Amino acid sequence: MKIVVLVKQVPDSGADRHLRPDDHTVDRGSANNVINEMDEYAIEEALRIAEANGGEVTVLSMGPERAAESIRKALSMGPDKAVHVTDDALAGSCAVATSAVLAAALRTLAPDLVLCGAESTDGRVQVMPHMLAERLGVAALTGARKLTVDGGTLTIERQTEEGYELVTAGTPAVVSVWDTINEPRYPSFKGIMAAKKKPVQVLGLADLDIPAEQVGFAGATSVVLEHSQRPPRSGGAKIADEGDAGARLVEFLATEKFV
Amino acid sequence: MAEVLVVVEATRAFGVKKVTLELLTLARELGTPAAVVLGGPGAAGELTARLAEYGAAKVYAAESEQIDGHLVAPKATVLAELIRRVQPAAVLLASTQEGKEIAARLAVKLDNGILTDAVAVAADGTATQVAFAGGTLVTARVTRGLPLVTVRPNSVAPVAAPAEPAVEQLAVTLAATDTLARVVDRVAEQKGSRPELTEASVVVSGGRGVGSADNFKLVEEMADALGGAVGASRAAVDSGFYPHQYQVGQTGKTVSPQLYVALGISGAIQHRAGMQTSKTIVAVNKDGEAPIFELADYGVVGDLFKVVPQAVEEIRKRA
Repeated sequence: MKIVVLVKQVPDSGADRHLRPDDHTVDRGSANNVINEMDEYAIEEALRIAEANGGEVTVLSMGPERAAESIRKALSMGPDKAVHVTDDALAGSCAVATSAVLAAALRTLAPDLVLCGAESTDGRVQVMPHMLAERLGVAALTGARKLTVDGGTLTIERQTEEGYELVTAGTPAVVSVWDTINEPRYPSFKGIMAAKKKPVQVLGLADLDIPAEQVGFAGATSVVLEHSQRPPRSGGAKIADEGDAGARLVEFLATEKFV
Repeated sequence: MAEVLVVVEATRAFGVKKVTLELLTLARELGTPAAVVLGGPGAAGELTARLAEYGAAKVYAAESEQIDGHLVAPKATVLAELIRRVQPAAVLLASTQEGKEIAARLAVKLDNGILTDAVAVAADGTATQVAFAGGTLVTARVTRGLPLVTVRPNSVAPVAAPAEPAVEQLAVTLAATDTLARVVDRVAEQKGSRPELTEASVVVSGGRGVGSADNFKLVEEMADALGGAVGASRAAVDSGFYPHQYQVGQTGKTVSPQLYVALGISGAIQHRAGMQTSKTIVAVNKDGEAPIFELADYGVVGDLFKVVPQAVEEIRKRA
């Protein structure tokens, strides 16, 4: 089975994150840049499927040159190779344009299964799996907490507000996963060394036959007009329990009309 | 005035979701609200009265086993057809998993911009969004196509405005690629009568400090006393105290209730990402240095196993 895992480099969600004042894009200079956490679960799932059924795992990432670090990190977990789509003209791309670029790259790879995290920790937009499925004309099985592969049939457990759904589709398909699906492995020393020698194919827009004016700021389907930091919350009253804190807490809730 | 399409979300147990009533309220500011029900046979019949109560001047109904039996692709196809025909002023969806997924497909089908996680939408379609754990506010606008916006629950107070909608049935004509992801079973997991987490006005969450799955009964009692939903921090979920669908935070649900009560939660960034836009925050934690107190409007430094039972009893006394 040919599996492609989508990986996005994001600023560390544990650090202070900002938008750049000039063009309102994510400031990648101010924070440590890491693999989007949810993508590690997708990589792990891909490796498990390939280990059980045979197959090849390719990492696909779109991002600036520095995303190469995250691609190597992803490869150190065990995938066979990677494709890095990078082009100066991609800066400022909206989700719609990004999906066109990733779909074009996926067409060149012709995978049976595309795995990705259910959302990225920077945008948290959750739209990419369905955008890709729409463009590629394949099934999207999204929000999986469990994935079963039986030959060419995929079945997921998809968490819903009322419980879960069992959803099934044949390959090829796009499957997005939550962090409940597995426990990602740590890269071994051997894995880290091996990753340095794994092939990483670099593709630009010209390689994908996508005109530069259709992506980036020029081709964006939406625009950010302005952004601001919300004023930080400031703590209010803080009391130490002297045996009556439960009652005093309810007193507070009553003055705020919650009880 | 042009129509503003509101894509209806409903549950079997509770009917039209509160977020849909909020969207109908918001839609009145932008044009004439028209609700779109996409579901199985008979879906619209049960929901129309409620949609009318909140101002739907028209109800479009697409009812088909094909819609009910597959993930969102059929819904997007029917909606795209409707949008091309009626040329609405805007399309509003809930910023839920399903709302975002439908919007994603619409954006590609119509080659249209998309804005997610809005907390406000102005009359000209400009949306205010929150980013980075609620710390950044962004104002953005769709520049290609119509405003296609997903709006977070609890962003607008729902206000009734009775209308008498005509119901128009929509033809459901699908492509073969719309029915690839087939729902073979839906399993309800017990939740009782508590409100849905992202829609609740009150959320009571427990963290690592709750100590065990058994002790989460205390969190549930507090939630029930306040008529709220139960949430859990990632630490509590990872420890197996409470199921994942109740996780609040960076890798879980984002909530924005009137009142958020954090019990035994330290307040790591992971958790704050999911709750810091709540109106009023109350925290109980035995560690007075816990970062949750930096957010809390009212903080109690103490043992939650003493403080919470006393509070529950006090609330019941007042009821």
